[in-house]
Amino acid sequence: MTTEQMTGAQALVRALENVGVDTVFGIPGGAILPAYDPLFDSDKLRHILVRHEQGAGHAAQGYAMVTGKVGVCMATSGPGATNLVTAISDAYMDSVPMVAITGQVATSLIGTDGFQEADIAGITMPITKHNFLVTKAEDIARTIAEAFHIAGTGRPGPVLVDIAKDAMQATVEFQWPVQLQLPGYRPVTRPHSKQVREAARLIVEAARPVLYVGGGVLKAGAAAELKVLAELTGAPVVTTLMAKGALPDSHPLHMGMPGMHGGVGAVGALQRSDLLIALGARFDDRVTGKLDGFAPHAKVVHADIDPAEISKNRHADVPIVGDAREVIADLIVAVQNEHEAGRKGDYEDWWRQLNAWRDTYPLGYDVPADGSLSPQYVIERIGEIAGPEAYYVAGVGQHQMWAAQFIKYERPGAFLNSGGAGTMGYSVPAAMGAKVGAPDTTVWAIDGDGCFQMTNQELATCAIEGIPVKVAVINNGNLGMVRQWQTLFYDGRYSNTNLHTAKRIPDFVKLAEAYGCVGLRCEKAEDVDEVIAKAMEINDAPVVIDFVVHKDAMVWPMVAAGTTNDDIKIARDMAPEWENGD
Amino acid sequence: MSSHTLSVLVENKPGILARVAALFSRRGFNIESLAVGTTEHPDISRMTIVVNVAELPLEQVTKQLNKLINVLKIVELEQPASVQRELVLVKVRADAETRSQVLETVTLFRAKVVDVAPDAVTIEATGNRDKLDAFIKVLEPFGIKELVQSGMVAIGRGARSITDRSLRAIDRSA
Repeated sequence: MTTEQMTGAQALVRALENVGVDTVFGIPGGAILPAYDPLFDSDKLRHILVRHEQGAGHAAQGYAMVTGKVGVCMATSGPGATNLVTAISDAYMDSVPMVAITGQVATSLIGTDGFQEADIAGITMPITKHNFLVTKAEDIARTIAEAFHIAGTGRPGPVLVDIAKDAMQATVEFQWPVQLQLPGYRPVTRPHSKQVREAARLIVEAARPVLYVGGGVLKAGAAAELKVLAELTGAPVVTTLMAKGALPDSHPLHMGMPGMHGGVGAVGALQRSDLLIALGARFDDRVTGKLDGFAPHAKVVHADIDPAEISKNRHADVPIVGDAREVIADLIVAVQNEHEAGRKGDYEDWWRQLNAWRDTYPLGYDVPADGSLSPQYVIERIGEIAGPEAYYVAGVGQHQMWAAQFIKYERPGAFLNSGGAGTMGYSVPAAMGAKVGAPDTTVWAIDGDGCFQMTNQELATCAIEGIPVKVAVINNGNLGMVRQWQTLFYDGRYSNTNLHTAKRIPDFVKLAEAYGCVGLRCEKAEDVDEVIAKAMEINDAPVVIDFVVHKDAMVWPMVAAGTTNDDIKIARDMAPEWENGD
Repeated sequence: MSSHTLSVLVENKPGILARVAALFSRRGFNIESLAVGTTEHPDISRMTIVVNVAELPLEQVTKQLNKLINVLKIVELEQPASVQRELVLVKVRADAETRSQVLETVTLFRAKVVDVAPDAVTIEATGNRDKLDAFIKVLEPFGIKELVQSGMVAIGRGARSITDRSLRAIDRSA
C-alpha cells in the first residue's frame, strides 16, 4: 500500500493514472484549475485540449468505443459541466463506458448560486449510471476507483464525478489501492443454466428463429462466439444499428439491419419469426416499430446484462440475465447438447423464404437523373476504398443511415454512431477520440452538413494535436432526414430545413483550411474515387471533403413512425410483396 | 392496477431520496406514499414506498430501483404477511357540546388526544389505511380543521429480518 501526503488534486491525477487512464479530453476553468496543475506534470496522462466540452465528451466516447477502455473527459463547473450533458446523455443511451470529471465551486459556495455554479450531479442524475459529488479530499481517490469500476463493468455507462474546488486544494494522505464501497452494486454476468437450456430447447424446436443481435454483443466482445452460435444453429442473424459488424455483413447467415431503415429481409425475418433470440438488444422503438405489431408470432428469448431491459418493452418467455459473451458461450454448449441428443432445428423452409426476400429486395438506391452526386454512392465508395479495417463514425440523419446501409462492416466495432440519443454533432469529435484510441487505423467521419456545423470546431483540436481524421461532409444543403419527413408527411412543406449550404455559407473547403486541415471538394460521380484516394494519402493532417450531393435523395426502406414493421415501404408508396417467392 | 408496498433498503448517503424520487417521475410511476427513516444500522436507511401499478410495471419499478447504485435491497411486503401502519394527526372542532362525542370516537378507534384547546382537540391515530379512512370519515361531521399524515411504514411478520444480509454487504465493504 502506498501512502503519501499530497493535495486532493494530486490525488485525483494519481488515481487516474493508477486506474490506467492514458488520455483525458477536456478544457480547464476556474473550479477545475487545481486539477490541471498536477495534470501538467503527469507523464502518464495525455490531456487533449478540445474547443468545446461537448467535443470532449464525444471524443471520450469514441476513444472508449475503439479501445474498450473507459473514456475520460474533464470540464470545469457550471457551463463547462453543462456542456458535457449532451455527450453524457449520448453515452447513457448507447451504454458507453465513460467517466466525466467536473470541478465544482468550493463547498462553502455550494447552494448559494455562486459564480459558475450548477448542480451538475442533480442535472445528470437521470442520464448517468451513477454520479458523485465529492466534497472531501480523502474521498477523491476512492471515488475515482469506484467511478471507473461502475462505468466499465456490468452494463457500461457514463459516471460523473463532481469535485469541489476546496477538496482538490486540501491536503490528504493518499492511499492506494483503495477499498471500493459499493455494497449495492453487484452486476450479474453469469447466466442461469436452466434458462440457457430452455433457450436452446426453443431454438431447436423453432421453425423460424432469428438471432436479434444488439450492441451488447459488441460491448461484451462476443463477436467470435456469436459466429459460432449462428453457424451451429444455422439461424439467420440480424444486427441492429448498434451491432454492425458483430457478424460480418458478408456472412451468408446475415440478414442485415432491422428497424425503421432496415432491409426488407431483416425486417421480414423478425416479423415472420416464431422465435426471437435477442442478445444484448433492447427492443428499441426504432427496431420494433409499433410495438403491438412487432414480431407477432414470436416467442422471445431475451438475454441482457441489465435485468431492467428484459420484458421492458416486449415480454420475454425466457429471460436470461448475463454478459452476452457468457450467455452465448453457454448457449453454444446447450445447443450442442440438443444436437447430440438428436434434436436439431430444421430451418430449410424458413431460409427459402428469407432468401426470396433477400434476392427480391436488396438494398439499393437510384442515381439522380439530373447528374448530381448521389450521397449513397459517395458513402458506398468510401467504404469500398477505405475497406473493412477502417473505422467509420457517423453523425445523425440520412448520412448515418446510408453509412449503416452501404458500408460493408466485416469486423466488430468498425461503425460508431449515436444510436439511442441521435445526437447531431457526434461525428467529428467521436472520430477524433477514435483516432486517438486507434492512431494507426484510418478513421472516417461520415457527417452531414447540418451535423458538421454543430461540432466542427474540433478540427482545430485535430490539426493541433496531430489527429489526422478524415471527414466526409455529405452536403445536401439541408437537414436531410427532417426534410425527408417533410416530403413524406408534411406535404413537402420544407419548414426550416434548408441550411443554404449550397450557397457555400460556410465554404467547407475554406473552413477546413482555416482550421489547418486539408479541404477538398467533390461534385461529380466521376471524381469521387480520386478525391477519396487523395484523402487516403494524406496522413499528416486532417482532411475534410465537401461532397456536394443531391438534396432529394431519401433513405429507403422505411417503416414510418407509428406504423408496424409490416408496413415497411421500399420506396414511396411501394410495399414489398411478402408472400412473393414462397 | 393495485397498491404495492415496497421496502427499499438504501445506503444512508446524501441525495438518495432525490435519486429514488427522480427515478419514479422519469419512468412515469406514481408514488402513493413514501416514508424514509434510519434503521437499526446507522449506514442503512429504509424507504417504504407504496406504488399503484399493475404487475408488469411493478417489475420494472423494482428492476429500475435495483439499478440505483445506493439501493441495497428491495422487498415487496404483501398485505397479510406484513404489518402496515400510518400515522395521522388531526385537529377536530370540539366545543362543550360535541367534545364527549369526539372523545368517544377516539376511544372506539383506540386513538389518542395529544392536545386540547377550548374549541378543538388534536388526535393522534395509527393504523392501516382502511382504519384511518374510517376514523377520518367518522370525525368529518365534527369539522376537521387540519390534518397531517405520515407515509406508510411496514414490516414483515415473523422472526426473519430483511436487513441481515444487506448489513453483511455493508460490513464487507467498510
